[in-house]
This record gives sequence, C-alpha cells and structure tokens, in this order.
Amino acid sequence: MDLSFSLAEVAFRAEVRAFMADSLCPKTAAKVRERRTLTKHDMEAYHTALNGRGWLAPSWPAAYGGVGWTAVQKHIFDEEAARAAAPRLVPFGIAMLAPVLFRFGTQDQRDHYLPRILDGTDWWCQGYSEPGAGSDLAGLNTRAVRDGDAYIVNGQKTWTTLGQHADWIFCLVRTKPDGKPQEGISFLLVDMQTPGVEVRPIRLIEGGYEVNEVFLTDVRVPASNLVGEENMGWTIAKYLLNHERNNIAGVGFSIAAFESLLAYARTPRRSGRRLIDDTLFAARLARIEIDLEAMKITNLRLVVAGETSGAPGVESSILKIKGVEIRQALNDLSRRALGPAAAPFPSEDLDGNAALVPREQAANAGEYFNNRKMSIYGGSNEIQKNILAKAMLGL
Amino acid sequence: MNFEQTDDHRMLTDSLLRLLTDACDAKTRNVTAYAAPFHSPDLWSKLADLGVFYALADPAQGGFGGAGFDITTIFQALGKALCPEPVLPTLMAARLLTHAGADLGPLLSGAVHYAVAVGELDSWSLDEIETTARNGTLTGRKSVVYGGAVAEKILVIARDGAELSLFEIASADAEVIPYAMIDGGGAAEVFLDATPARLLLENAGAAVQDALDAAALALSAESLGAMDVTRDTLVDYLKQRRQFGRPIGSNQALQHRAVELVTEIEQVRSIVILAASRMGTDSQTRTVSMCKHLAGRVARRVAEEAIQMHGGIAMTWEAPVSHYVKRLVMIDSQFGDTDYHIKRVMEGLQAT
Repeated sequence: MDLSFSLAEVAFRAEVRAFMADSLCPKTAAKVRERRTLTKHDMEAYHTALNGRGWLAPSWPAAYGGVGWTAVQKHIFDEEAARAAAPRLVPFGIAMLAPVLFRFGTQDQRDHYLPRILDGTDWWCQGYSEPGAGSDLAGLNTRAVRDGDAYIVNGQKTWTTLGQHADWIFCLVRTKPDGKPQEGISFLLVDMQTPGVEVRPIRLIEGGYEVNEVFLTDVRVPASNLVGEENMGWTIAKYLLNHERNNIAGVGFSIAAFESLLAYARTPRRSGRRLIDDTLFAARLARIEIDLEAMKITNLRLVVAGETSGAPGVESSILKIKGVEIRQALNDLSRRALGPAAAPFPSEDLDGNAALVPREQAANAGEYFNNRKMSIYGGSNEIQKNILAKAMLGL
Repeated sequence: MNFEQTDDHRMLTDSLLRLLTDACDAKTRNVTAYAAPFHSPDLWSKLADLGVFYALADPAQGGFGGAGFDITTIFQALGKALCPEPVLPTLMAARLLTHAGADLGPLLSGAVHYAVAVGELDSWSLDEIETTARNGTLTGRKSVVYGGAVAEKILVIARDGAELSLFEIASADAEVIPYAMIDGGGAAEVFLDATPARLLLENAGAAVQDALDAAALALSAESLGAMDVTRDTLVDYLKQRRQFGRPIGSNQALQHRAVELVTEIEQVRSIVILAASRMGTDSQTRTVSMCKHLAGRVARRVAEEAIQMHGGIAMTWEAPVSHYVKRLVMIDSQFGDTDYHIKRVMEGLQAT
C-alpha cells in the first residue's frame, strides 16, 4: 500500500499545470468557470493545443499518437484540467469511435478517420439513443437497408450531444428486422452532410442548447462505412460502453467545484460573517468533503485495478454512481449557498452590469438543473445498479 | 501509487483469519463475548504467539509495526470474526506507553492486559475529565472502560493541575465493576478513590489524541471487516431465500439496495486506506475523523439494511448476522460518533 505519487508523477503534474497555464486560453477558462456556452472555436482551440502537445489521445496505441499514460497519470491530467477550468474534451471521436476502430475497424478506416480526429478535421457525435430506445438500446428502430454498394438509412436519433457542431455521426442501425432485437444491429458511420440528415436542437431544462435530434431520411451511406460485420453492432456497442470509462467519476470536476464552493463560503459577507461559520452549511460541506476524499481513493483504486486486470466493466459502474452522486450534491449545495442570488436566469443581460449578480454565481442554479442529466446519461444510475447486481453480486 | 497489500500484511491477514476461523467461530465467540471476563486466555495467547501485539507497536519500542496499515490489517481481520478480545485497549496502551517511553515488554508478549480509561460518566470528552490527581493518587470515576474486566493494569487520563496527565494503576487497587456490552466483549466502570497511581506522562494531551486517533482508525477498520462479512452474508441470503417462487434477490428493489451498500462499503475501504496512510502526518487527526465519520455513517446503514433485507431471521440471536449488525451500530459510539467527528472535519473547513 503506497498512496504517494512518485517523483515522476509529481513532475508530470507540474508539466500539466504548466501546459494549462501556457496553452489554455484564459477567456475560455473564464467561460468554463462562468458556465457559459462554449463556441465550437473555443473547444477546437483547446483540442488543437492538446494535439500540439501530443496529449490529445493518450490512450491510443503509440503508432497512432498515444502516449501510454498510466491510470494515475490520466487521473492527474483530469484533476489538473478541471482545476484549470479547461473545457471538457468532446469524447465521441477520441474516446469512443477510436477504440471501436482499433478493435473492429479495417486498416483503411483507421488510416482515414483517426488522423482526422486528431487534427480536428472531423467532429464526431454519437447516434445511439432514439425516442423509443434509451436504456433499452436493443429497441432501436432506425433502419438501414442494403441497396447495392450503399445502405439507405431511415429513422431518428436523439440526445445527440453537440451534434450541431458535428461533421460525422456514428450510428447504431437496424439491418435485420426479424430475430432477436440485439442480433440485427449494425454500426455505421454517417457523414452529416449527406442529403437527408437534419439536425434539430433540443432546448434543455436550464435554457441551453447542447443536445439535438437527428432525423435521417433516405440517407445513402456507402457500405464501406460499416464498421465490423453487418449485424455485429450490439457487440461493438457493448464493447464501447465498457471501454474508456476513465474520468467517469468526474473527480477532477468535483474537486474544482468543492474548492470553489469552499472559497465562496470562506469569503466574509458585509456583516463580516462567513457562510462556512454556519453550522448546518459547514456540516453539509464537510459531509461532501469526506465523500469526495474517499472517492478520490476509490477512483484511483478502481482505475488501477481496471488497468491491471484489463477489464474495467464493473468498476466503472461504481465510479459512475458514486461520482455522480457527489457531483450532484456539490451542484445542489453550491446553488443553495447562494440563496436567492442563484435565482437570476443566466443570460447575456447579466453581463457588464455591476448592479446584477456575477454570472459565475448566477450560473449555479442552471448548472444544478443541467447536471441532473448526469445520473441519466451513459446508462442511468439505475441501469448501473442493475449491472452491478448481476455482474458483481450475482443476483 | 500501489493499492496492493504488502506480502507481510497479506501473510498476517491470512494467518490471523485462519486463527480466528478456528478459535473464534460464531458459537465460541458468543460464549466469550457475553460471559465475564469476556476474554479467552487460549485465544489471547494464540494472538500473542502470532505476533499481533508486536505488530501494533513501534519498532523503536520493541514491536515490529505500529503504522497505519499494520493497525488496519489487524483490525479488519478482527472485525471479520467479531473478535471480542480487548485488542483495542492494547493498541491504545501501546501508543500511550510509547509516548511515555515506558517498557512495552509485558504488553507485547501478551502477559499483561491493559485497559485505557478516558471517558467518564456522562462524557468521554477530554475537556470534561474530572478524575483528578493528588499526591500520587487518583480520585474519580471512569466509564465504559473497554477491556476493564480483564486488565491487570489500567492507564488513566486524569486532570493534573491545569493539564491532563497519564497515569498507570493496578486494577486491584481500584473498584472495577465489569459488564458485557450489547455487541459483545467486556467493559467496566472504574471507581478511583485516592487510588495509588504512577505518573507516566505529564502534558499528555497530544499523546492521548494520538492514541484516540489510532483507536478511531482501528475501529473503522474493524467496522469495515464486519461490513464485508455482513455484505457477503446478505448477498448469499438474497440468493437463497425464496418467496413467491423465486429468490428474493431477483427483486430489483432489493438488488439496488444491496448494490448501494456495496458502493458505500467501497467508499469506506477507500477512506480507511487514506486515513491509514496519513498516520504520523500533520493531517492524521482530521483524516481519521473523516474516516470514523464515514465508517460510522455507512455501518449503521449496512446494519439496518441487512436486518431489513434478512427479514425476521436477522432478529434472532441464533443468526450470526444479528451479532454483526449490533457491532456495526455500536462501534459508532466508541471514541466519537459520526456527529463528533464531522464537527472536527468542519473545524478544518472553518479555519481561516
């Protein structure tokens, strides 16, 4: 048992910190702190900076630009990135499609798509969920019918995160209508510019736009865009769900949120009194701090174990459930800490007017509402519990 | 960063668990745990032979352990077997004697049983200690002194002028009234009336705090061991018990609750590891408080859920799980409960 970071790891942390200081645009960091909507350009600039440093795709094979970070290094990177208020790296190309191509793609597909992910040519989004297929993905209805050297795709995808920026979407489509629902699914890459692809934004509970509906009407997709074999999409989908769940606990985000809330609570108000001296508040914050301190270790323990065993499946469900509980508890307490000051609708109207509450504070209520999504997406916490009951407890 | 047990600790765990499985099975344990002197000389000597007491003490004092992970390794195993032997006071005495520079020989060999008397009738807070030293004697009353029933020597924290000092008394010189605890094992009320006492350490506040930290860590680890067994027992029961023609574990309501317990137990395992690693550092006391708080919070939830999901069977004395849940709940009141320890964590947040 040894919880200390090695000298190399300490040096690595300093390197990451220096990189963030040098390369993360301060305006972008401020936007992240104020929970403003990032432009496509903001996210691309960070993506490009990371790629320039060779840190964009650390988990990829070395031949494709990976750097072989250990689980601990990834954890350090995530922690420092969150502390510096770096944008969340859009995972769909780097962390989701790429592992699928490494495992199931053809050499041509790898050579074509992977460099374009790195250099930012292609922005990917995910076409999994449908109006009738959320947790029960096998119920999906989007049809792909073979027509010569192409598939004709018809259907509707939803909850497509940042689809408004995307050039490509990887989709689960039904290629065989009969038989077991899981058996007739295929994994298809679709160019968003193809005629028949239509993206419609969905406005979310707090007022922001980050997810979309994607309508596919007679979309002609070259058969060479099929990944793996026809009807093996379910295998690929399951592989993807169990893969690359690094940072699923979001510990770095929780640490940043905790530190920010503590700093706020320690700031004297006009009366000279501090929120942190309120016993009930301090007890709530201490409780979260304790859960978070434990979570840091749980995260490291489980990612190190996953790395050793090469099977991160069950661990990632524990990390997701507990990590999300802590993040949501912090969102809740941050909102409550502000009291009525969290009430203003965060809009441009607040900017530049010193009489109004600062945007960074006003954003807390919106973030609280937005982050209720975390216990729903990526397999709801209830689905994670089903998985654990079966896989870990044998129930 | 390495979360593997060392080979030494793995061997210690294995041999201790083997010994306890053999010499502290449920039936034997329940006899010892509820009948004075709440102690099995046979098991005690086997623990001594295995080197358990040496592993609790600093090498500089003749031991071969005493670090955070030595403590958690031993107490997790003791918790798995619900061992009622007074190992906790032995650990605390080892810390205190070490701080006092006193001889640990009789403690390490297991020849002498020690108890540590901190708490008093209505408070166990160091600030409210009323037992007083005068002219080489002590007068006062110490309450719920763990292991007091069997101890030949009792280390007593007493007011000595403005300060707290550490004294040693022979229990034969005091009035000691032993009793069983609801979760097994023995404690005692200790009445001191001009009882002759040997001063071991003046200004003992820091030393006592260290012993309390070690105790809180040990209790958290013991609780973790008991939680692990309770979880396994519960999951087995959910698979075996059939109602409405199927195992009750096929009900999602119970599955999710069982999973939540597992997730929380893993959080306790993490904080026990963290607190063990912080022993001997500046953040020892605060991290131990985090640990004891979380262990206490989760232990009660595990206990109450285990009873509920076992149904009536967990309400019986005969079912081993009933003894585990008692221990899990009552550990919280030993050396600071969840509320006490969260207040100490709050103080760190409130510091300027």
